[in-house]
Amino acid sequence: MEKFTSHTGVGVPLKRSNVDTDQIIPAVYLKRVTRSGFEDGLFSAWRNDPSFVLNQDAYKAGTVLVAGPDFGTGSSREHAVWALQNYGFKVVLSARFADIFRGNSGKAGLLAAQVEESVIEQIWAYLEANPGAEVSVDLEAREVSVGDNGSVLRAPIQVDDYTRWRLLNGLDDISLTLQNEADITAFEAGRPAFKPVTQHA
Amino acid sequence: MGKTLSEKVWDEHVVRSVDGEPDLLYIDLHLIHEVTSPQAFDGLRLSGRTVRRPDLTLATEDHNVPTLNWDQPIADPVSKTQVDTLRKNAAEFGVRLHPLGDVEQGIVHVVGPQLGLTQPGMTIVCGDSHTSTHGAFGSIAFGIGTSEVEHVLATQTLPQAKPKTMAVTVNGSLPEGVTSKDLILYLIAQTGTGGGQGYIVEYRGQAIEELSMEARMTVCNMSIEWGAKAGLIAPDQTTFDYIEGKPEAPKGADWDAAVAHWKTLVTDADATFDKEIVIDAADVTPFVTWGTNPGQGVPLGASVPSPEDFTDPSDKVATEKALEYMGLTAGTPMREVKVDTVFVGSCTNGRIEDLRLAADIIKGHKVAEGTRLLVVPGSVRVRNQAIEEGLDKVFIEAGAEWRGAGCSMCLGMNPDTLNPQERSASTSNRNFEGRQGKGGRTHLVSIPVAAATAVRGTLSSPADLAPANA
Ligand code: SF4
Repeated sequence: MEKFTSHTGVGVPLKRSNVDTDQIIPAVYLKRVTRSGFEDGLFSAWRNDPSFVLNQDAYKAGTVLVAGPDFGTGSSREHAVWALQNYGFKVVLSARFADIFRGNSGKAGLLAAQVEESVIEQIWAYLEANPGAEVSVDLEAREVSVGDNGSVLRAPIQVDDYTRWRLLNGLDDISLTLQNEADITAFEAGRPAFKPVTQHA
Repeated sequence: MGKTLSEKVWDEHVVRSVDGEPDLLYIDLHLIHEVTSPQAFDGLRLSGRTVRRPDLTLATEDHNVPTLNWDQPIADPVSKTQVDTLRKNAAEFGVRLHPLGDVEQGIVHVVGPQLGLTQPGMTIVCGDSHTSTHGAFGSIAFGIGTSEVEHVLATQTLPQAKPKTMAVTVNGSLPEGVTSKDLILYLIAQTGTGGGQGYIVEYRGQAIEELSMEARMTVCNMSIEWGAKAGLIAPDQTTFDYIEGKPEAPKGADWDAAVAHWKTLVTDADATFDKEIVIDAADVTPFVTWGTNPGQGVPLGASVPSPEDFTDPSDKVATEKALEYMGLTAGTPMREVKVDTVFVGSCTNGRIEDLRLAADIIKGHKVAEGTRLLVVPGSVRVRNQAIEEGLDKVFIEAGAEWRGAGCSMCLGMNPDTLNPQERSASTSNRNFEGRQGKGGRTHLVSIPVAAATAVRGTLSSPADLAPANA
């Protein structure tokens, strides 16, 4: 997966709390056989509503989702993370995340960063006053900022050390394991000859 | 201090072990099917990775394939897409696939053992919870999720925290007419569906040693239904005899080396388990479920329980809810429960021995008026063997539907489903709400109970049958 050090992009105020994974991507979309293309189902229940934030031109190119508390509750589906990423989101900010969603995000390379609820509200106010404005997130400095050089707001984000390290280095679960590839190869050399194989030379 | 069987197998597969981290386990065999693999392959593609060991990977089509007209295009578009995707992925990544129409096609947990790929002392995974079936050979076998499928495809390893160990010792012999399915339903009813949580369970004792390989697979298959990570049984002569001569079994000097090693795969006399349960086989009788989880079971001779029978308030509520869903009245004798459909099949009871036993009981009888009997072999090989032995004729003469191989009504992903409120006696492993079709009501039963129920139309055992007119 891609390394994540910092990101600046259009902020999208999602002024709702308790957005569960069913609202992020409804179950009917889970029959797919790919890991991409889920952007069409993202927030699908709200996408027909012209007043929904992603239907407004200013926010369409959003990459930083600024969400209400308890984001990503409900079923553990990884598709929720894929749908956000497929749409183009790189970061989700919220005062509280469901644990499984936060875990799935870290594994897939989406930054789920926790910030104070008062900060979320300040960002919302700024984004609504300035539709299409950008939000910057610096994972190295553990910081979110809004306005020129943080002129509007500068606040800490919370990301656990392990997830931060993985994201900074772009390590998904598989790359983590492959850091020990020499051990795997050595193990394979010692496997007994009688072990079965499914293909024969 | 000595080691348990599962500790021996585990330790033989540790690639890397670091304090405070899960062990990195090597995987000997990775089984794949159409439902849980598409996104794993797509993940490989997106990150430019390949399958590390196609030669330790095997794919079959089972979960949603039709059991009628399987030579024609699959009608359901979602199923068709999944099957087509598996075929495309297998071709692109060089994975051996047994598709519909192939003699080795069938339920992934039936195919591995019948090919001789499932052997003692292995680590086996599959994106399916009933992978525990393969533990019957003395292997550590467990189900994994789709992102883990991708991990195994890419690395042939899996980071895993070491589970605790448990022994279930079954002393004495099972009574005449009582099967290993009754034993495992009895055990789950005793311990609850969470009783095995966090454990690799070793089943042992005289009654287990006396079981055939098929019957052992039934026990290990349902380990997951009482929450265990995996279940396994020490390999012995029964195991070796079953494997010998199978297509992928070791040959010649390899066979001798393999057997010599397999004989070391027993729990040492001085090894200790984290937990032990002891059962007397004589206490086990034909067992059936009345509720909506596999732990809600009673002896066939008992009656539907009442919420009042339970002291724990959450059990009371669960019982009330289950009775309502199942459309049952407390106090009704189980034997009076009328069944619409009998399903013989699945990775729990869809092997040749199961079909032989069912045919033996049904021979000379007719399926009851108003009841339907669906017989679905676990694999094409099982189906062909059954035809060779004339079992198909027995079923057809009795009025049963004789189908193609697959998971079928076990989970109703193909057209074989129950209608709302239709009641089944099923030899499969899950009686969850809606498992066999929306609103369908499932009673889990053994093969003898399924066969006798088909004949009488109510839950029954072979002892209830009038002599067959031969
Ligand atoms: S037969 Fe049923 S339990 Fe077994 S693999 Fe198929 S769906 Fe799963």
